[in-house]
Amino acid sequence: MSNPPFLEVRGLNAWYGESHVLHGVDLDIREGETVTLLGRNGAGKTTTLRAIMGILRRREGVIRLRGKDLLGLPLHRVAQTGIGYVPEERGIFASLNVAENLMLPPNVSDSGMSVDEIYTLFPNLHERRTSQGTKLSGGEQQMLAIARILRTGAKIILLDEPTEGLAPVIVQRIGDVLVALKKRGMTILLVEQNFRFARKVADRFYLMEDGRMVNTFPGHELDARMDELHEVLGV
Amino acid sequence: MAVGTQYLAEQPRLRTPSLVFGAIALAALVAAPFFFYPVFLMSILCFALFACAFNLLIGYVGLLSFGHAAFFGGAAYFTAHAVKVWGWEPLAGILLGAVGAAAMGLVIGFLAIRRQGIYFAMITLALSQMFAFICLQAPFTHGEDGIQGVPRGHLLGLVDLNEPRAMYYLTLAIFLFGLFAIWRIVNSPFGNILKAIRENERRAVSLGYRVDRYKLGAFVMSAALAGLAGGTKAIVFQFATLTDVQWQMSGEVILMTLLGGIGTMIGPIVGAGLVIALQNYLASSQFPVTVLIGIIFVICVLLFRRGIVGEILELMKRRPKGTA
Amino acid sequence: MSTIFGIPAPALYGQILIGLINGSFYAMLSLGLAVIFGLLRVINFTHGAQYMLGAFAAYLLLTYAGIGYWPALVLAPLLVGVVAVLIERFMLRRLYGLDPLYGLLLTFGLALIFEGAFRHWFGAAGKPYAPPAQLTGALNLGFMFMPIYRGWVVVASLFVCLGTWLLIEKTRLGAYLRAATENATLVQAFGVNVPLLLTLTYGLGAALAALAGVLAAPIYQVSPLMGTNLIIIVFAVVVVGGMGSILGAIVTGYVLGVLEGLTKVFYPEASSIVIFVIMAIVLLVRPAGLFGREE
Repeated sequence: MSNPPFLEVRGLNAWYGESHVLHGVDLDIREGETVTLLGRNGAGKTTTLRAIMGILRRREGVIRLRGKDLLGLPLHRVAQTGIGYVPEERGIFASLNVAENLMLPPNVSDSGMSVDEIYTLFPNLHERRTSQGTKLSGGEQQMLAIARILRTGAKIILLDEPTEGLAPVIVQRIGDVLVALKKRGMTILLVEQNFRFARKVADRFYLMEDGRMVNTFPGHELDARMDELHEVLGV
Repeated sequence: MAVGTQYLAEQPRLRTPSLVFGAIALAALVAAPFFFYPVFLMSILCFALFACAFNLLIGYVGLLSFGHAAFFGGAAYFTAHAVKVWGWEPLAGILLGAVGAAAMGLVIGFLAIRRQGIYFAMITLALSQMFAFICLQAPFTHGEDGIQGVPRGHLLGLVDLNEPRAMYYLTLAIFLFGLFAIWRIVNSPFGNILKAIRENERRAVSLGYRVDRYKLGAFVMSAALAGLAGGTKAIVFQFATLTDVQWQMSGEVILMTLLGGIGTMIGPIVGAGLVIALQNYLASSQFPVTVLIGIIFVICVLLFRRGIVGEILELMKRRPKGTA
Repeated sequence: MSTIFGIPAPALYGQILIGLINGSFYAMLSLGLAVIFGLLRVINFTHGAQYMLGAFAAYLLLTYAGIGYWPALVLAPLLVGVVAVLIERFMLRRLYGLDPLYGLLLTFGLALIFEGAFRHWFGAAGKPYAPPAQLTGALNLGFMFMPIYRGWVVVASLFVCLGTWLLIEKTRLGAYLRAATENATLVQAFGVNVPLLLTLTYGLGAALAALAGVLAAPIYQVSPLMGTNLIIIVFAVVVVGGMGSILGAIVTGYVLGVLEGLTKVFYPEASSIVIFVIMAIVLLVRPAGLFGREE
């Protein structure tokens, strides 16, 4: 616990136009840690990711990555500090083929996976590398969205609901990928509704409600807190 | 945000301040020819009506027509031809101009409303350019010369319009009629549906309105009123030329409206007055008018998109809120 | 003498060539418009003025600096591109996120300024600009004599179009451009400097127009009004082709140019309006344009 947090968010407020959507969010992630945001739809999980990235521009508070302030940076400089973003809608480009989608994000460090490594990890993508990006299945698109961030050498990856709408086999596969990433020392901030999936990878949970962080607890307490969670999440 | 949306001041019912303002303005307009050169005033009135007609489309339906010169200049040709060649009575000639412009509006509008936004602007521009080419070649428009020496004649066979003040009051009457027509259209149930379409076209469709018909209706009315202005101008100036059908003219009417305030009742009138006065003033100087018009365009778009009247209205709207 | 549909064959070929040349300019200009619109959501009315500026730059370089056609082919687009970059940085940028109509109005105003200023300085009359010595004379093709410069323009424009297409479809920069056209925010969130990409795209589009202007200078003469009349036709071309596809814009440009040339042979009175008529027909039959997607 003595290490300074890798990603540090303090008193983050954010607005969509006039409506105030994040109210003083605090969040710490240590290097190599996997943290999962839980919360109902509309609790502000996706908004938190978008505010950290700077896609949502109207923000106040502190966001620091390895001590470097992100709040004042233009959007494209945020990624260059080493944050990779996998949006909820996956963001695969229809006018690019699979290989072009994979190569799209510029490298942010030298430590990214090589294209060969990626194709070994995701053989489907290699097979379909000349197909139009959006012709892939939902699961393959999700793999592609994750793979292209791995290629860039990002140190932390923000993953928004990677399992949403996918078949159990694919969810399993994505879980394996995340476990492999953890082993490589990747820091992960995950938004996830699927407990069973999150339990497998998360070191720690944060619970959000109405744009606020209401609780945080270590991953192994998840089962013990099920009742409490069900109440907050209304599952 | 659609062009014009942010200026949607609630339509003024005729409240007392408006009535007082209207009465003063009317008195000023009646007295004006005793103080100013009538042709200058008539020119302003014609262009003001033209700009108001254009504003009916952009301000209340959100459609930017880049081809309104076709209706204005087209009507001028129709009126000039009817009066000069067929010997029509001038008011009948002007009405023919308006009807002709409406017919053109029906055709051009029918084609243009098939696309939206930016494409609508490009299509209207292209079709009006086509009309300009036709005017250049058709025999009855006399090519580069235009129709010259159109007689003003006698209104209803009685009033000699060669008398400048008589011509002025006819022009004023037509202008006021046009303005009243626009005011009625905007404040009618039809006008409310137009505004609903501008705010949210999809919702208007889902409410069961046949949006295309309303748009076309507004387009034809706007064209007819622009034609009314153009026909009147042909009688006032006694000629109809290519200048009035060309894209520069479409640009000018956009500028007048933008400068005065898109979506406001009197903005286009203010804008027309300013632009015409400026052109008059510059006519004797060396400074190229086109450049100045371009500069005003750039300034308006970058700095005050609400236009002069729109900005004033916005200030007035804000101040009571601030002090309350 | 051989005839085709009662028309002397050389006259027919001659008009087809003229059509191809006009089509070359339609294609190059609509291509630039489509690329700019795709990314910036701005219909660049200044495009015609930028084409005119390119031609004038070539003319002025020759007249006042003795710099000839070949260097002008590089210098003029560069100059116009730099001016365009400034326009994007200081003006267009402030309009992103607003209704695209404002972009149209701003660039219309700029077009008026450029045209008005050049007409003020140089008058409305066209100024001759001689083709370079290497490209003068005519070639006997067997079925017709073709002025070499005209052949060069057709070939050069094909290369320009092909080059632009390759740049967009096959390079990394092009991939950024295509992706940003779909979702600029996400591309920027990946670390691509999208604001710079927008600036470059506008500069490149304007440079393309200026290059077309230099190519046009020896054919049409150099005049302040050469751009706007052309750009309105190009708007019609763009409506016909739809702006969704780069190849679509190119093909439509050439085809409409040739159709216009053919009209000159068979029904000359209609040649100046035939493209508008085709636009009207396309709007009736296929409102989204031949290669367009309904937006």
